[in-house]
Amino acid sequence: MEQTAQMVPLNWYLFLSTFLFCIGIMGVLFRRNAIIILMCIELMLNSVNLLLVAFSSYSGNSDGQVFVFFIMVVAAAEVAVGLALLISIFRNIGSTDIDVLNKLKW
Amino acid sequence: MNQLLFFSLSALTIISALIVVFTRKPMYSVLSLIACFFTIAGHYILLHAQFLAITHIIVYAGAIMVLFLFVVMLLNLNTDSDQPKSGKLRIAAMIAAGMLFVTLLASLKATSFGEFAFPAPSDKGLVQHVGQRLFTDYLLPFEISSILFLSAMIGAVALSKKEKH
Repeated sequence: MEQTAQMVPLNWYLFLSTFLFCIGIMGVLFRRNAIIILMCIELMLNSVNLLLVAFSSYSGNSDGQVFVFFIMVVAAAEVAVGLALLISIFRNIGSTDIDVLNKLKW
Repeated sequence: MNQLLFFSLSALTIISALIVVFTRKPMYSVLSLIACFFTIAGHYILLHAQFLAITHIIVYAGAIMVLFLFVVMLLNLNTDSDQPKSGKLRIAAMIAAGMLFVTLLASLKATSFGEFAFPAPSDKGLVQHVGQRLFTDYLLPFEISSILFLSAMIGAVALSKKEKH
């Protein structure tokens, strides 16, 4: 009986990953450095990963863990290409400030 | 015990995520994001997904964040170059994120997910079980992801190469 009183409800994981996702969104809107915006996108991906693992573990089905595995693969590829783009932008413009990169705005 | 672990890990996760957003120096952001990833790996272990926790540490803290660290050092961004946005935009960003949080919370509260019990310790998250799923049911996506990696590698090398003039 004591064991059941110590359980973590699924809702807490929902709240935690929603909060992490919103922190990531705020970082994307808040910061001007493109590298930190990429890091906030990683934070959002991780909050979704956490939610997938929580649902997969609570429902006793390991499909969610395989999906998280593939999300990690895509995130690694995305970061490699994104950072290469940032380096090439920095070489051409000398800054990673997104307010300087406004040629395509509007 | 589980609740205590959950609360301490969640507090660490949220504090380090907030440091990522609010600190001025990019280097501190990268370091606290590494801390955040380690606490998320702790959450995975708490959810009996041990293989995924180890993979998370190796891939994120070991590969992705080292890439970020190298780029921050390569571009020499640690001098306080990142001026924050103007006050109006900052307040607008906070209001937008807060409204999204409230909307998501309200929609989650209105949804019922059915009854899920806290998972008993199982071997579903060990490398044997996950590997079996990966190499039988998900074999084709696994092979396609290797092509994705190859193209990402070629793309990264081609993009970051210096152009000849």
